[in-house]
Amino acid sequence: MNSVPKFLQYSKTHEWVRRDEDVLTIGITDHAQTMLGDLVYVELPEIEANLESGQECAVVESVKAAADIYAPVSGEVVEINEALFETPQLINEDPYGKGWLFKVRPYDNDTPHLLNSEQYLKQVASEAH
Amino acid sequence: MSELIFKLSHHGRCATAQIPRHVAQKTTIPSHLLRNDEPLLPEVSELQVVRHFTKLSRANFSIDTQFYPLGSCTMKYNPRGIHQLAMLEGFLNHHPFSLPINSQGYLSCAYELQEILKAVTGMRGVSLTPMAGAQGEFAGVAMIRAYHHARSDLTRTEILVPDAAHGTNPATAAQCGFEVREIPTDKEGNVDLDSLRKVVGPKTAGIMLTNPSTLGVFEQNIEEIASIVHEAGGLLYYDGANLNAILGKVRPGDMGFDVMHINLHKTFATPHGGGGPGGGPVAVSERLVPFLPMPIVAKKEETYYWLTGKECPQTIGRLSAFMGNAGIILRAYMYARMLGKEGMERVAEFATLNANYLLAKLKAAGFTAAYANRRASHEFIITLKIEAKELQITALDVAKRLLDYDFHAPTMYFPLLVPECLLIEPTETESKEVLDAFADALICIVQEAKIKPDLVRTAPHTLSVRRLDEVKAARELDLVYKEK
Amino acid sequence: MPFIPHSANDIKEMLATIDVTSIEQLFEEIPAHLRVKNMPAIPESLTEMELGRLMRSRAEQDSGLLCFIGAGAYEHHIPAAVWHIAGRGEFMTAYTPYQAEASQGTLQLLYEYQTMMASLMALDISNASMYDGATALAEAILMAVRLNRKNKSNRILLPSCVHPFYREVVKTIVTQQGIELVDVPFDEKTGRLSIETLEKMTHEEIAALVIPQPNFLGMLEEVDTLTDWVHAKKALAIAVVNPMAMALLKAPGQWGHAGADIACGEGQPLGVPLSSGGPYYGFLCCKKELARQLPGRVVGRTVDLEGKQGFVLTMQAREQHIRRAKATSNICTNQGLLVAASTIYMSLMGPHGLRQIALISHQNAELLQKKLTAIKGVELVFEGPYFHEFVIRVPRSVEFVLHQLAKSKMQGGFDLSKAYPHLGECLLVCVTETKTAEDIDKFVTALASVLSCEDHSRDKTEKTEHVRTYL
Repeated sequence: MNSVPKFLQYSKTHEWVRRDEDVLTIGITDHAQTMLGDLVYVELPEIEANLESGQECAVVESVKAAADIYAPVSGEVVEINEALFETPQLINEDPYGKGWLFKVRPYDNDTPHLLNSEQYLKQVASEAH
Repeated sequence: MSELIFKLSHHGRCATAQIPRHVAQKTTIPSHLLRNDEPLLPEVSELQVVRHFTKLSRANFSIDTQFYPLGSCTMKYNPRGIHQLAMLEGFLNHHPFSLPINSQGYLSCAYELQEILKAVTGMRGVSLTPMAGAQGEFAGVAMIRAYHHARSDLTRTEILVPDAAHGTNPATAAQCGFEVREIPTDKEGNVDLDSLRKVVGPKTAGIMLTNPSTLGVFEQNIEEIASIVHEAGGLLYYDGANLNAILGKVRPGDMGFDVMHINLHKTFATPHGGGGPGGGPVAVSERLVPFLPMPIVAKKEETYYWLTGKECPQTIGRLSAFMGNAGIILRAYMYARMLGKEGMERVAEFATLNANYLLAKLKAAGFTAAYANRRASHEFIITLKIEAKELQITALDVAKRLLDYDFHAPTMYFPLLVPECLLIEPTETESKEVLDAFADALICIVQEAKIKPDLVRTAPHTLSVRRLDEVKAARELDLVYKEK
Repeated sequence: MPFIPHSANDIKEMLATIDVTSIEQLFEEIPAHLRVKNMPAIPESLTEMELGRLMRSRAEQDSGLLCFIGAGAYEHHIPAAVWHIAGRGEFMTAYTPYQAEASQGTLQLLYEYQTMMASLMALDISNASMYDGATALAEAILMAVRLNRKNKSNRILLPSCVHPFYREVVKTIVTQQGIELVDVPFDEKTGRLSIETLEKMTHEEIAALVIPQPNFLGMLEEVDTLTDWVHAKKALAIAVVNPMAMALLKAPGQWGHAGADIACGEGQPLGVPLSSGGPYYGFLCCKKELARQLPGRVVGRTVDLEGKQGFVLTMQAREQHIRRAKATSNICTNQGLLVAASTIYMSLMGPHGLRQIALISHQNAELLQKKLTAIKGVELVFEGPYFHEFVIRVPRSVEFVLHQLAKSKMQGGFDLSKAYPHLGECLLVCVTETKTAEDIDKFVTALASVLSCEDHSRDKTEKTEHVRTYL
């Protein structure tokens, strides 16, 4: 079973969000990285890019699949995980830690559309059918 | 596996008989335009070249050496006689800009092929220039766009594509500047009509369909689909990838399609060449004739000549530097002439007979057909979902193990709709014995998976290399050899 | 039944296994009223012998001509070994190497090709080929626009001294996506691009400049200056070159201070016969930073389970079968067979042989040019260095001249009067290593005799409606 930490929030499109004061860190879930398989390439947004919630803003690729990453919130990109360019496998090895994708300063601190771990688990279960 | 040819290189060695003699080394070209280093080309003898590439060829599976049931690719026998005749001096040394008076031989073949393709597709106009199926698709979608624009109908920004379609369909629509809307498939493999009705409208430029679809079944509601799309003002594109299944039985023009491409390298048996060249002529109904890509061969009295943008000002334009893959067009023409009318009808019959026979044998042996209630077309899908769950072997494992049995593997993991699938297309040129042996191999592999699963999971074992690390290849891109 | 092996008994057994009574029954899902009734336009079938007779008579009609046409398709000697090996069934009748382990021959060959072509262009990487030179240029332009997303410029400077049909193909392909192509005229005196003209085109930002070498008129461009100029404009340099010439001339990766970013062109001169214009193949190379935007098939080197060297298709996630509507291109073909021929050709020639062929072609062209321009009324149109093609102006209609030459089995060159009417009656003439001193003299004598012919009134009447070249 893939891990779904309780202290994170999730989007329906399999991104996770961690709040540290006024900055949000974003990555893809353990479930998502398992489904994609060994990642070989990552494309990240530009620093200072302004993202709209739901916008396609990054791409992760494995040998036989590619997935768009959607911005879970609206905000400005303040940092990207440059280590992934050389070692995209960090996402497979540590999706909630070293495999983070980028950080955003949100325009709005309210994120009611995000799921908690329980809701996300339910969604994953429903997709399995 | 062979060494890279660069490792055979010795400075100063060359294929002496091929190099011009008595060449003055001085030149009037200014020195700042000259190259002053040597490119990394091997320095080897003629024998070394012949031996190296002959060895490489032996590390390939091919139609000439193995059964190659690659679904959706129509890997049938490529007649040798046709290849030999296409290499006649008059064809081979003929310059594309030769005057028409010096080109009547080639032009007459191209013209007659245009006529034959009109007859087998039920269409009114043909252009032979697209150089592959995907380029034919491009031409077709560009014509759909040009047609709407010519009527000042500028709001049609969407192309509809079933979820089972080849990836080239959505990629082409996007390359032509359209938005792609996917239509789901119902459980019997047909286009879901309710979903279609919901999305068609004033934005619909057209729909791209393959029939029989990539699921290996005939789209039974084709006439209804045509009328839904036509009523909304859209056009119908026929992806000719599976034309082999219906050649001489039913024609896209009669089904209501407005434009299509024909894969000459599939239906008309031109060699696939390790990934090309192909040929993707387009055929169109009356209303799209003015938009065909140029050039086209025309005939006046007994003389053949080129039609260009001058005579056809509404054309979408040119698609190749010259006039398409002429050598492929010649071969397709010859194939059509060898088959003749009767032979052409037999293509679909025996392609379908072979597919249904192999499917029946596999079903009887316990394999799961993806669309068990349907008649197979010229190809069919089996799903290894159950085997994957019970035996922990995947479609990939089975495909790789088939290589050890000296069969090329079927298409795997396509269409994406069917989990753990193999898409199998035997073609009409294979004999019953070959199909029997292939079925036996699949049965054996499932037995092996029960007794010695690792044998299957780590296959192939008998080829020049074992299973290759694609992840490493993608992460550490090594695309050219560098001398240390 | 051509190519169908079934005996009557086979058919019977197979139908029984399927549990149907006739082949016809297998088509029951097709609505009856849609079924084909008749296809009268299709002739009766032919045996191989009958077909041979027909095709030999057709081929005969197009053969036996001494060819001085180039214009993008070049006659070179092709060693017998090239097609003997490329024509082996194992290369010719295989498909795209989807099953890597069963396709190591094709894959290793493509890797060797990528190495040779990238090195010939002096760039980092190459794909496994495109359809032809014109479509490779279109893809190079699409690449440049994708790479230029930041400044959002969709403008491409596409000089008129690039092959006219390449420009037409580019227009067909890229304008579907709203890319703006800006025509840059060449200098009438030199037949080349000038920086002054280019400067006038840059009131708005540009994404790239296409630099031909040699250009369509055979002339050699000042590639260093042009490359540095476009880089100073923060745009990309796209080279479109004759690969044969790159054994002799400075290669795209060596142009200017930083080198061209993308190089493309027609691979035909390297071992592919003229064959009425195809199949040929396009090559496409670039700097490694641009790898992700490179369309088409790409082969990578890797290892197998046991650590042994092997080859696979790689970077597939950017292709249509995975990315679908978001793919870098809809292409799935590489012209594998033509690339096989070219790789064998380049291996036979080596760096030395290729340079010798380029050099002797150039020298033959100079020889012919001197002899032709010695004929009264024939003039060399542009001053400056050229490769193996040059432009002459003739004192009569080019169309007339070409038809007269054709009568003596001579193909005199490419008629420029349609694509470049402002140049007047001009002819683009090409010579390669395939022409001997006697061939050259024969051509000179034939042209001199056509031009000295008295009856000028025939110029007009010789033009008939259907006897025309492409343009």
